[in-house]
Amino acid sequence: MRIATLCGMGFGTSMMLKLFIDDILKAEGIKAEVIPWDLGTFKGQQADIIVAAMDMEMHLRSTTARVVLIRNLVDKAEIRTKVVAAIRELQGAAGSA
Amino acid sequence: MLTAETVRAQIRVASWEEASRAAGNLLVAAGSAEPRYVDAMMDVLREMGPYAVIAPGIVLLHARREDGVRQPCLALVTLATPVPFGHRENDPVDLVVALGAVDKHAHVAALQELARLLGDEAALQRIRAAENDRDLLLAVRPQESGI
Repeated sequence: MRIATLCGMGFGTSMMLKLFIDDILKAEGIKAEVIPWDLGTFKGQQADIIVAAMDMEMHLRSTTARVVLIRNLVDKAEIRTKVVAAIRELQGAAGSA
Repeated sequence: MLTAETVRAQIRVASWEEASRAAGNLLVAAGSAEPRYVDAMMDVLREMGPYAVIAPGIVLLHARREDGVRQPCLALVTLATPVPFGHRENDPVDLVVALGAVDKHAHVAALQELARLLGDEAALQRIRAAENDRDLLLAVRPQESGI
């Protein structure tokens, strides 16, 4: 499983999101790679899930990855709920295929 | 990474520009960034849009290393009166963070410190309640507060 976090430059917001998600995955016992992406270079890259701020929605309309949009980027509860749900959904889809 | 030099509590500003300058100038005064870095952070916000307002009342400002970062650095300013940064839901902002990164990986320590503080509701309350610089410094360094 490959999870990308997206922001304008790839090392501020996206890096902080990555740190939160790494923590959450560890606590949940889920193995996944989390990579910060920036808007300039993310097109053409592959990920199963892309996590970004709500405001990034317009940049993510054409992606085939599962998109998770976060309202409050420091709210671990919101990040955990949404990201874990997306992972379970993809795992479920893979399991039944 | 936050020090007595790089935190300021309850400052008075009238606009997002003044708020950004206040935080950025702390990095300059500490010798960690060049004056042009402050302008660059504001340009990034204008170009990229207000998504830098990462949570209700919290903005995370930064630009690129080549915009004048001398060493990894972090500044935190709280505002006496919140100001709008143009975000639909998370305005107005009362907590301004300025980050200087020297590369994608070397500043992870700074972001870890930030994530620890901002992800902790109790720490956030202490930061917002701090009435002076000393209390703010204690709020961001709970392990040294002796409480």
